[in-house]
Amino acid sequence: MSGFPTLLYKEVLRFWKVSFQTVAAPVLSAILYLIVFAHALADHVQAFPGVTYVQFLVPGLAMMAMLQNAFANSSSSIIQSKITGNIIFILLPPMSALELFLAYLLAAMVRGIVVGMGVFAATLWLVPIPISNPLWVLAFAVVGTAILGVLGIVAGIWAEKFDQLAAFQNFLVMPLTFLAGVFYSMHTLPPFWQAISKLNPFFYAIDGFRYGFFGQSDVSPWRSLAFATAALAALSWATLGLLRRGYKLRH
Amino acid sequence: MSAVQAADVRKRYGAVRALEGVSLEVQPGEFFGLLGPNGAGKTTLISALGGLVRADSGTLSVMGHDVTRDFRSARRAVGIVPQEIVFDPFFSVRETLEIQSGYFGLRRNGAWIDELLERLALTSKAHANMRSLSGGMKRRVMVAQALVHRPPVIVLDEPTAGVDVELRQTLWQFIRGLNAAGHTIVLTTHYLEEAQQLCSRIAMMKDGRIVALGSTAGLLAEFSERVLRVKLESGTLPPALAARAVPDAAGGFRIPIADVAHAEEALRELRVAGAAVASLEVAEPELEEVFVKIMRREERVL
Repeated sequence: MSGFPTLLYKEVLRFWKVSFQTVAAPVLSAILYLIVFAHALADHVQAFPGVTYVQFLVPGLAMMAMLQNAFANSSSSIIQSKITGNIIFILLPPMSALELFLAYLLAAMVRGIVVGMGVFAATLWLVPIPISNPLWVLAFAVVGTAILGVLGIVAGIWAEKFDQLAAFQNFLVMPLTFLAGVFYSMHTLPPFWQAISKLNPFFYAIDGFRYGFFGQSDVSPWRSLAFATAALAALSWATLGLLRRGYKLRH
Repeated sequence: MSAVQAADVRKRYGAVRALEGVSLEVQPGEFFGLLGPNGAGKTTLISALGGLVRADSGTLSVMGHDVTRDFRSARRAVGIVPQEIVFDPFFSVRETLEIQSGYFGLRRNGAWIDELLERLALTSKAHANMRSLSGGMKRRVMVAQALVHRPPVIVLDEPTAGVDVELRQTLWQFIRGLNAAGHTIVLTTHYLEEAQQLCSRIAMMKDGRIVALGSTAGLLAEFSERVLRVKLESGTLPPALAARAVPDAAGGFRIPIADVAHAEEALRELRVAGAAVASLEVAEPELEEVFVKIMRREERVL
């Protein structure tokens, strides 16, 4: 038997044991964003025809929370283990780079998706949202959280101090998720910023995710899925390489 | 087949040469001591054995399994108790051991976990969070973690550093029991007295190299000797003894003797010379002396 199921179980248990911090808190902040922005902007913005701004916001906010929490899960787990030194209990058993990779990745996806479901559950009574195509919803939930889960693994391996991880999180992940079209449709942006946005892989995750609900999006969901999947594949390949070489883990 | 085999293992960290061609073999069932000052490379060697460190060159194997090519079998064959106390604060003692079993692919390991808890006197703490344990208890949990998969080779990196006397005794009793049951034990320690009592063979390391390797008895015979420690009330040493005697810091003399029978002889010579003896003791050969001599010899070489 492989050690992978246990590592996955342990990673899920780890965040579940502190679920106020890891699940409830991000759900609450997504709701706060929703209330504040809906109040401030509902009368001024209409992103898609037939979709209110509050409705438009919900999938974007959910996906933003999913992405950020998927990243937080793998990155914080790895850096905590590294700094406290208990990473050795994971490095000494007979687990391959692929097993470690998949366990951290899947746990991050579980946390992201649990948080996302929490956001929908909590906003259901405020804003009813149609689901026009559940398969697209699922596909982008999986690919989006996976990209950030992998990115979290990279950040956790690379960072040697919490400060470095915080820099990665606050100067890369936060701006990229915030500016990925959560609060606006990309078509409202000037052409230059539209072009910039199209380089942001998180934009495709949010745009495609939203398509699953409203059947409308800024770019074709196929294109978004292709872009997001390509980003995921490239990142995974590079990260597996780091793990196989033992970069910053096996000296 | 050797329990542990190292062949010309080298490792550098930038300009620091942590291991400079270490070769050694530990046979199954041995109680082997790895001694040396801080920074000698002991922990680097142990880490390379467990896959925590990658050697630059040379080969390392556990029970015949190469630690990189056949890493799964090698890691199943070895249990390492690391030097520093580390734990995962999210889990209880039992959860920690169940999870560690799972990492080795062992799903139903409850009976063995119970036995480990029992033998390491942790049963009453099974459901306590790791954070709430004392340092000594955390150390015992780490020993249990290294044993969940019943490895034939057990490596302990300074397991008694900062541990109180009573726990040290129970820990050694436990480790001796494992050795008697057929496990190979590799131990590093700063307590040379412990190493002398426990280890049948010893390697001494300095600056990344092995500078002495042999049976404990052999090293003691070669580098240490039995001495008679004498302190005189009055009078002087007779010339025959004075030629051999070395003054010590306490104002007495150390007179090498081959065996205890020679002590009587020396005593008679003292009486004949009219010297009054204030105190007298026969000191057995000590590993500490061997250690100090070998480390000094190596300094001269450098």
